[in-house]
Amino acid sequence: MLYFIEQCLNGVQLGLLLFLLAAGLTLVFGIMDLVNLAHGSLYMLGAYFAATFAVWTGSFVLAVILAVVASLIVGMVLEVVAVRRLYDRSHLDHVLGTFGLLLFFNEAVRLIWGPAGMTLALPNEMLTAVQVIPGVYYPIYRLVIILATLAVAGFLYIVVMRTRLGMLIRAGASNREMVGALGINIKLLYTLVFGLGAALAGFAGVMQAPILTVQIGMGENILILAFVVIIIGGIGSIRGALVASVLVGLIDTIGRAFVTDLLRRVLSTNAADTLGPSLSSMSIYMLMAAVLVFRPEGLFPAASR
Amino acid sequence: MSAGVDPSLDTAPPWLFTPRVVFTTMIVAVLALLPVYSMLTGNTFTLTLFTRVLILAAAAVSLNLIMGYGGMVSFGHAAYLGIGGYAVGILAKEGIGSGFAQWPVAIAASALYALVVGALSLRTRGVYFIMITLAFAQMIYYVAIGLDRYGGDDGLTIHKRSQFGFIDLSNRTTFYYLCFAVLLGSIYLVARIVNSRFGLVIRGSRSNDRRMRAIGFPTFRYRLVCFVIAGALCGLAGALLANHTNFVSPALMHWTRSGDLIVMVVLGGLGTLFGPLIGAATFLLLEEGLSRLTEYPDLILGPVLLLVAIYLNGGIEGLLEGRRRG
Repeated sequence: MLYFIEQCLNGVQLGLLLFLLAAGLTLVFGIMDLVNLAHGSLYMLGAYFAATFAVWTGSFVLAVILAVVASLIVGMVLEVVAVRRLYDRSHLDHVLGTFGLLLFFNEAVRLIWGPAGMTLALPNEMLTAVQVIPGVYYPIYRLVIILATLAVAGFLYIVVMRTRLGMLIRAGASNREMVGALGINIKLLYTLVFGLGAALAGFAGVMQAPILTVQIGMGENILILAFVVIIIGGIGSIRGALVASVLVGLIDTIGRAFVTDLLRRVLSTNAADTLGPSLSSMSIYMLMAAVLVFRPEGLFPAASR
Repeated sequence: MSAGVDPSLDTAPPWLFTPRVVFTTMIVAVLALLPVYSMLTGNTFTLTLFTRVLILAAAAVSLNLIMGYGGMVSFGHAAYLGIGGYAVGILAKEGIGSGFAQWPVAIAASALYALVVGALSLRTRGVYFIMITLAFAQMIYYVAIGLDRYGGDDGLTIHKRSQFGFIDLSNRTTFYYLCFAVLLGSIYLVARIVNSRFGLVIRGSRSNDRRMRAIGFPTFRYRLVCFVIAGALCGLAGALLANHTNFVSPALMHWTRSGDLIVMVVLGGLGTLFGPLIGAATFLLLEEGLSRLTEYPDLILGPVLLLVAIYLNGGIEGLLEGRRRG
């Protein structure tokens, strides 16, 4: 039971990280109608920036802040230089163009940081575990991730639902031509939204960096997970992205932790050990396929799409 | 496509001496004569590289059938390459070396899988379709990783190429011409399909599915059959690929491989007969050439793809026709 609670916390933590990626992806898709395969590259860049800045400044917190700012800048420059020209193309051209960007970023990282991975060391005070409920010890850093991502999610909610910028973003998501026709500088809005998405992806990369090795291609698998999230949640819906990301995080983590054990009860140990890991990796894709078969527009379809 | 007119519905006679026809004829002639060059110079590397081009071009042709003519953007097409490859690999490992058994199994398994995927995915549209096909490919990818008996994550070495009685596939030239024949056969098949009544329904459904249904075509069934044909063709290409590399691994089905196939089709020219071949050749040769010039080939290849997406309407085929974006 205690193990189960711990795994649930891990699942929530993964889910909230996915939400950071998915929120940017779903905003960019919802407003600019852009399929962005390079979103995972921004996640990777965030992690590399954090590892580098940590070495330069010697401070973890400073590294996090600088890395997020750097991701924001890279995102906005990328939008102005390249991505902007893709908006009025078909989804297929988006796939081609952003796939090119993905190749470019992987290679650029190899050129700048070299083919070997990097690690980002945590400050000592984050290495210990705390007792969250009697008997359950949980690493502080993972708690920090949960709290930080929740704070960012709350911040995002306030920005999107309570500010003028957020109003324009929501208006853009439901009818972008009309927003442009009303005299809003839609180009600037697009740049800001893309930059915001990049900063969120970069932040997700930063938070993951101390747990995983920072390496080339680290964004590719998690990008697919983020796509799964926004499809399950319904494209363009931030609320859907939040629900779906926690759902995906929980199912993925709990699947990995328990499916093999459960299978052992019905199958031979050997068969269970073979089947378990595959089945748990597949579980979220099965969830997505099931959701799409029964609700082809996701769980929370945005009204106009 | 943002333009209102569907270019694949053009009915102009295709055999005039346009730059496009000359270029295509030249490519086919070069491909046909390549083994001669290889034999004269003893350069086997080129032959191996071009065998790969032919095989992946055949896979791209099958993707183009559903994506270019049917508007079904499958982001999981590499799964069929993998299924075809694993069919050959698994049968070889279990002691069934005959190609007469291996290849039909490869084709049938891919077709069956495409039937399941198509039946579930074709209910969705647009980007949802892209992502659900991707999800199914990811599932197969993880299944392959879980196949401990067949190498799991590390992949499976195939010790002997498929046996076809008197035809010896371990001869490079023979194998090259077999791949060439399969490629031309696929292109011919696609040409016959898209110009048939069946193909007109598929293309019509791409332009306006609702209207096709309104005039009485059960388009879902047509699209599903088309999807299965493409899967089966790609499975055959997978069987060829496994024979070519003597190796299959889950990496064959990673989503970036599906991305490569889409890139080949769009680069060459969506919805054109020879576009996938031109795209596959350009992509693979560019990759190979750049990696000789520089240690960081993707630093150039990536921006090239981006520029193609931004500036070329209809890929290289579109360029040959003089179509361009303003």
